[in-house]
Amino acid sequence: MPSQTAGVRRGDRHPLARLVVRRLALSIALLFAVSILIFGGLEAMPGDFATTYLGQSATPAAVANLRAQLGLDQPAATRYLDWMAGALRGDFGTSWASRGPVSEQIGQRLSNSLFLAGVAAAISVPLAILLGVVSVRFRDRAPDRIINLASLAAISLPEFFVGYLLILFFAIRLNLATFPATVHEGMGLLERLRVVALPVTGLVFVVLAHMMRMTRAALISVMSSPYVETAELKGLSALRIILRHAAPNAVAPIVNVIALNLAYLVVGVVVIEVVFVYPGMGQYMVDAVTVRDMPVVQACGLIFAAIYIFLNMLADIIAIVANPRLRHPR
Amino acid sequence: MAELLSVRDLRIGAISHPPGEPPREVTLVEGVSFDLARGKVLGLIGESGAGKSTIGLATLAHGRGGVRITGGQVLLDGTDILSLGRRDVNRLRGARVCYVAQSAAAAFNPAHRLIDQVIEATLLRGLMSREAARARAVHLFDILGLPDPASFGDRFPHQVSGGQLQRAMTAMALCPNPALIVFDEPTTALDVTTQLDVLAAIKHAIEVTGTAAIYITHDLAVVAQVADDIMVLRHGRVVEYGPARQIIDAPGKDYTRALVSAQRTTRAEAADQSGAVLEIDGVSAGYGGGANVLEGVSLRLPKGQTLAIVGESGSGKSTLARVITGLLPPATGRVLFEGAPLPPSAARRDRDQLRRIQLIYQMADTALNPRQTVRELIGRPLGFYFGLRGAAKTARVTQLLEQIEMGRGFLDRYPAELSGGQKQRVAIARALAAEPEIILCDEPTSALDPLVAEGILRLLARLRRETGVSYLFITHDLGIVRAFADSVAIMHRGKVVRAGRKSAALSPPFDAYTARLLACVPEMRLGWLEETLAMRKDPDQ
Repeated sequence: MPSQTAGVRRGDRHPLARLVVRRLALSIALLFAVSILIFGGLEAMPGDFATTYLGQSATPAAVANLRAQLGLDQPAATRYLDWMAGALRGDFGTSWASRGPVSEQIGQRLSNSLFLAGVAAAISVPLAILLGVVSVRFRDRAPDRIINLASLAAISLPEFFVGYLLILFFAIRLNLATFPATVHEGMGLLERLRVVALPVTGLVFVVLAHMMRMTRAALISVMSSPYVETAELKGLSALRIILRHAAPNAVAPIVNVIALNLAYLVVGVVVIEVVFVYPGMGQYMVDAVTVRDMPVVQACGLIFAAIYIFLNMLADIIAIVANPRLRHPR
Repeated sequence: MAELLSVRDLRIGAISHPPGEPPREVTLVEGVSFDLARGKVLGLIGESGAGKSTIGLATLAHGRGGVRITGGQVLLDGTDILSLGRRDVNRLRGARVCYVAQSAAAAFNPAHRLIDQVIEATLLRGLMSREAARARAVHLFDILGLPDPASFGDRFPHQVSGGQLQRAMTAMALCPNPALIVFDEPTTALDVTTQLDVLAAIKHAIEVTGTAAIYITHDLAVVAQVADDIMVLRHGRVVEYGPARQIIDAPGKDYTRALVSAQRTTRAEAADQSGAVLEIDGVSAGYGGGANVLEGVSLRLPKGQTLAIVGESGSGKSTLARVITGLLPPATGRVLFEGAPLPPSAARRDRDQLRRIQLIYQMADTALNPRQTVRELIGRPLGFYFGLRGAAKTARVTQLLEQIEMGRGFLDRYPAELSGGQKQRVAIARALAAEPEIILCDEPTSALDPLVAEGILRLLARLRRETGVSYLFITHDLGIVRAFADSVAIMHRGKVVRAGRKSAALSPPFDAYTARLLACVPEMRLGWLEETLAMRKDPDQ
């Protein structure tokens, strides 16, 4: 199949290593390109921090003064290079609004976000794959229909609505869960898990259906392969056919959709964070945008982009490694 | 119980979904009965749609897609397997009854090593320990003539050739020591030289292990080599059933006689083979900077005649067609049309140059746009090359349909509503519509049943007579060459190893490759396989 081995040269002894290295290099190049886009995009935005901060009545001298203080009088290219040089060392500059180091503030917020996403992923990914396998095993029968219907319902409800429903029932009516889901330093792990239970449930609802349906579709498309018929004619059980003969050949599409959803869990959770008053990256970035706190917005944008690129790269590399033609060249 | 397998009055149906009509129940197989003793081989033969694969799969209590076994019995050692539950059926499959598919390349899972797939069912049924199963697999690899049997199984399916995969699949079927194996066209997808090796390996393995087998094929010459009994099927019913010798030497029914004599007659070649409408001059070509697939190919096609290009897969014959059409510009060399060189790339040829060379493909299925009617398919070149429209176009399409013996009733049909042979005829009409001087035929009959293929060849011969068109006919079937060609070029690994008038090229003295190729073509008589194998000194060459 030429499409699967595209990019593999004849006589190449290590196509796998070459493809992986190429994918890594591509990711780094992509990240730099995105950094330019983020910087250029914010540069092109109307409005200016100094006028917003000082108010309409500020004197031109005061505005110029503040601009000089923030380095805004420098040419864009210089500021970009300064910013990148700092970012490569992990220094994202100083927040214009709070006057504190951005890296420090982000560190706390990012670990909160990653914690929330991590817990949601740890539940939703295995659950999605399990439900996908179950629905293929009982294809077109009651379990499959129920899973499909439920997941369709979950994906159709807006996430803020799911969030408020959860708060209404579990926090207010039943008083089982904590609201707001605000975590702070010094909280123990169990305490944290209890606090994030509701937002995690909301997130699982949002991403589960997508991953489950893709798992189902990918498995079903492989289930019509001749080698699955071979397995049937070898008298294998339905579950063994799905797990051993279909699943290894459905890895690539499943991993890709999982990566997209994991990325969403980190960078797309603003709504859930706001609903549950969770101190994560999303809320932090939204706050920074309202006051035009550029160093914070840029840093958030770059980190979000890095997470997206990293997860997608990981998915691609797993898909490459899962291809036996590349792992074991002729 | 003397018989291993007794099939009684088997009846198989399916739900058909004809386009634009409500689904209806169709009968695929009706009233089929046969007996098979231990260690014997039954050949099932017929054209596609005859129900032979369906019957083969029924002996594993399996119906493909929407196919359902609606009546009759399949008695294996006296037990009707059609009455068994799912679990009991699974216990039989992969243990007592095994299956070898037509395309082993698709039937092996690309994600697992061969050995793991070969011994999988044997281990799951608890028939042997892992070590014993591995040892048996290696032993079977050896019997089947696979290279380096001890480590062969450690490879992945994509790392071995098609012929080797077919043998590995046979090993997979033999591994649990089954009482019965169903071989479903195991050599149809292989080159003629590979087919001989695989056929010999399968026959040898059946003899050594003493398994019984059902051998399904559309090639009577192949089944004559392995079967004790032969059942001829047509439209799901038995035409004739008896010992192999009787079916081959003294067929009782007209249909069987037609199949036996489908060994085509030899046509005399054109006497005057001077001049050339198409000349290929020292062409070398390859893909994407890789090694050359064609190496210094020079050929000549006289006007109004047929040049057959013969070779195995990978010999470069389809690449040659791509070079001639301009889809693949050659690295060196020229293609001359009526003495004048053609631009190497199709993008640089003018409309008239394009019009004069047309193509017919092996798979009419994929060569016809499924969303266009016959009228649109054939009408397109009429509009494109001659600017025909409206009534004039319809009249010309109708005329072309009559030329291919189909008629105007087909004007508004879609390809899905046509049979395989009809689709190929529409593809031929589409090529004719351009009024070409040359038609490149890329194995146009190899996907068709023998009798349908014969009809297509007769049509092509008539068109050659009536329109004076020349054919460059790519094939791996030497029977077609004898029946149809004026001159022959035999290709091997990108080079022309033999070329010339048909009478000279296919007569001794032969070069080594041509001799081997000719010896591999199955002949319709018992004992041919043994004679051929005995004549060969080195079976793996």
